[in-house]
Amino acid sequence: MLSILRNQKVRGILFQLLTVIGLVAFLWYIGTNTLHNIEQRGIRTGFAFLDTTAGFAINESPISYSEASTYWTVFEVGVLNTLIVSFWAIVLSTILGLIIGVARLSKNWIIAKLASAYIDTFRNIPILLQILFWYNVVLATLPPPRKSIEFFNSIFINNRGIIVPKPIFGASGIYVVVGIIVAILAVYFINRWLNKRQEETGEEFFFLPWGILILLVTPYLFYLLGPDKIVWNMPHLKGFNFRGGKVFSPEFLALVFALTIYTATFIAEAIRSGIEAVKKGQKEAATSIGLSPYQSLKLVVLPQAIRIAIPPTINQYLNVVKNSSLATAIGYPEVVTVFAGTALNQVGQAIEMISMTMAVYLVVSLLVSMLLNWINHKMKIKER
Amino acid sequence: MVYEKVNEKPAPITSKGIIGWLRENLFSSPLNSAMTFLGFYFLYLIIPPFVKWAIIDAHFVGNSRADCTGTGACWLFIKAKLDMYMYGFYPLDLHWRPNTVYVLFGVLILAFKFIKNNMAKIVLFTLYMILVFILIRGGYFGLSVVDTNKWGGLMLTIIVAGVGIIASFPIGIVLAFGRQSNLPIIKSVSVTYIEFIRGVPLITILFMSSVILPLFFPEGVTFDKLLRALIGISFFQAAYIAEIIRGGLQSIQKGQYEAADAIGLSYWQKMLLVILPQALKVAIPNLVGSFIALFQDTTLVLIIGLFDLLAMVQLTSSDIHWLGFEKEGYVFVTIVFWVFCFAMSKYSKSLENRFNTDLK
Repeated sequence: MLSILRNQKVRGILFQLLTVIGLVAFLWYIGTNTLHNIEQRGIRTGFAFLDTTAGFAINESPISYSEASTYWTVFEVGVLNTLIVSFWAIVLSTILGLIIGVARLSKNWIIAKLASAYIDTFRNIPILLQILFWYNVVLATLPPPRKSIEFFNSIFINNRGIIVPKPIFGASGIYVVVGIIVAILAVYFINRWLNKRQEETGEEFFFLPWGILILLVTPYLFYLLGPDKIVWNMPHLKGFNFRGGKVFSPEFLALVFALTIYTATFIAEAIRSGIEAVKKGQKEAATSIGLSPYQSLKLVVLPQAIRIAIPPTINQYLNVVKNSSLATAIGYPEVVTVFAGTALNQVGQAIEMISMTMAVYLVVSLLVSMLLNWINHKMKIKER
Repeated sequence: MVYEKVNEKPAPITSKGIIGWLRENLFSSPLNSAMTFLGFYFLYLIIPPFVKWAIIDAHFVGNSRADCTGTGACWLFIKAKLDMYMYGFYPLDLHWRPNTVYVLFGVLILAFKFIKNNMAKIVLFTLYMILVFILIRGGYFGLSVVDTNKWGGLMLTIIVAGVGIIASFPIGIVLAFGRQSNLPIIKSVSVTYIEFIRGVPLITILFMSSVILPLFFPEGVTFDKLLRALIGISFFQAAYIAEIIRGGLQSIQKGQYEAADAIGLSYWQKMLLVILPQALKVAIPNLVGSFIALFQDTTLVLIIGLFDLLAMVQLTSSDIHWLGFEKEGYVFVTIVFWVFCFAMSKYSKSLENRFNTDLK
């Protein structure tokens, strides 16, 4: 009998069996307790509440929302706001992170020091503190609407946020969208053809500026083809506040600024370590076969650096989405604030509502990790 | 013919000394010069106004807000509210207890400088946290009990971070072993847990532990608000610790496992005596990194209604005698957090360099 217990396979199975029993017992324990508690406190269960009227207002919504909307709409508004704020923070922090990361490696002493001071300062201050600082100190001390800081009589900055003219696309909107798609496809295929030609004939072509030009001009040309022109909805002062235009609220701005500044430090570090990870021998080899500094950067250094820098950068994007949940401290209506906060307080079905909120983030991180796997697969060094 | 040694000429004045350094590092090309001026202009925009506000125009003496007259910072506010920032609502006559904790914390940091053994560090830190608990909460050795709702400020921040570090460590190690295990059920349970926790933000875990956790237990079992936050943070941090230790485990060569098996060690002997010490050594810089993240994350407890250091800013600046000094409060708290995090990150850098020596 004892000798069976010493068999590693048997022990493995036994150990796993014990784990399963323990886990099931634990789940059964908390399950029955929960059911009992829910019954005792008269908490309803199920997802029927999603169809009932929420009855509270949300001050920022990308889709039409009113107090008569259902809790499901509240959920949708929350998720969309999470995605919107994350999108802006990701775009801006990538740009800022790229600049800081490259500046960090600059040969110019003051620029390199400034960049590294930036990184050391902002990555060591908690993100929630930064959000609250922007919201309660910087944006709250801006002048009231009547004394707005204004640019060109069309952009206004005050304590209600930043208000800019809002373009209203008529029937031309669809033309612009088509134009963007055409431009992207054109750039993609031209680039592919150029690469192929370079491989076959050795002829090079510096496509980057042309690519950007195509991306910018094509949508505009398509817009000119359209039947009508863009109408700009201009903000104007009426009473004590502005009407019209696109308003970026202080909550939104505080969140985007803080997330951008904080995340950029991590992206900058990822980019720096990517570039530094390329061994000196690679650059020397590139120089010795006669490549120019630009060619060496484009053909030798960057392809290797990007491979190292992209995975941590994408992880930072995921962190942006997760950190956007801190908006609940300043009341920006993203999913944690409106659904796991306001709506939860009204409905009280904590288990369902927090699970739904968590599911949003889990889906995002699942998508991101699929993207990462795909990129890693694509970028794997192709060996013979 | 006699050859005489000709002394080398000195380097041209433009390529040595201060001028050479300036040429090389600041003005090597027109573009570089422009960047340099831009950099200095940027510094000029930021530093003088800040120094003016924080030091030159600031008020340091006096004891009420009437003494703050000019446009500079009013540090009197911090002076008046320092007790709140340091101890929260902790009874005034018992402040010697948190003070002892702070002093011991300094001693601990000093001790860490001299102790090289990692296991000893972990044991020492655990002992410290037990001592902190006894001192702050009381109830033993004739110390009177202080309720957790009186805890606050920097004291609470350190307690939350410290408990989070200690409690998450063993859970993290078990999870990391589980993920590396070749037993399918153990492995999938660990992977599910780790990926689930890493996929959601801490705030949802905190909401869960403060709202759902009480439902999991029979009536009559009540959890303190602080305890619920600590449970949430520890289980959250454990998943991150697990991933870092797994990284360390993966760097251990297969030969180490085989050698341990060959001399007849059991699984736990093998893992605890051979593999883990080596894995920890590799993982320590990243572990410190995750402790920095945890220290920053402790600020989130303010969202579920605990009064940590950051929460004190809003609390103290809503005092009717001291309205409108949020800026000073935030700057003060920022400096405190920054000093802690920066010190830890420098420590992790130095560890990294020390461990790197045998790889170079």
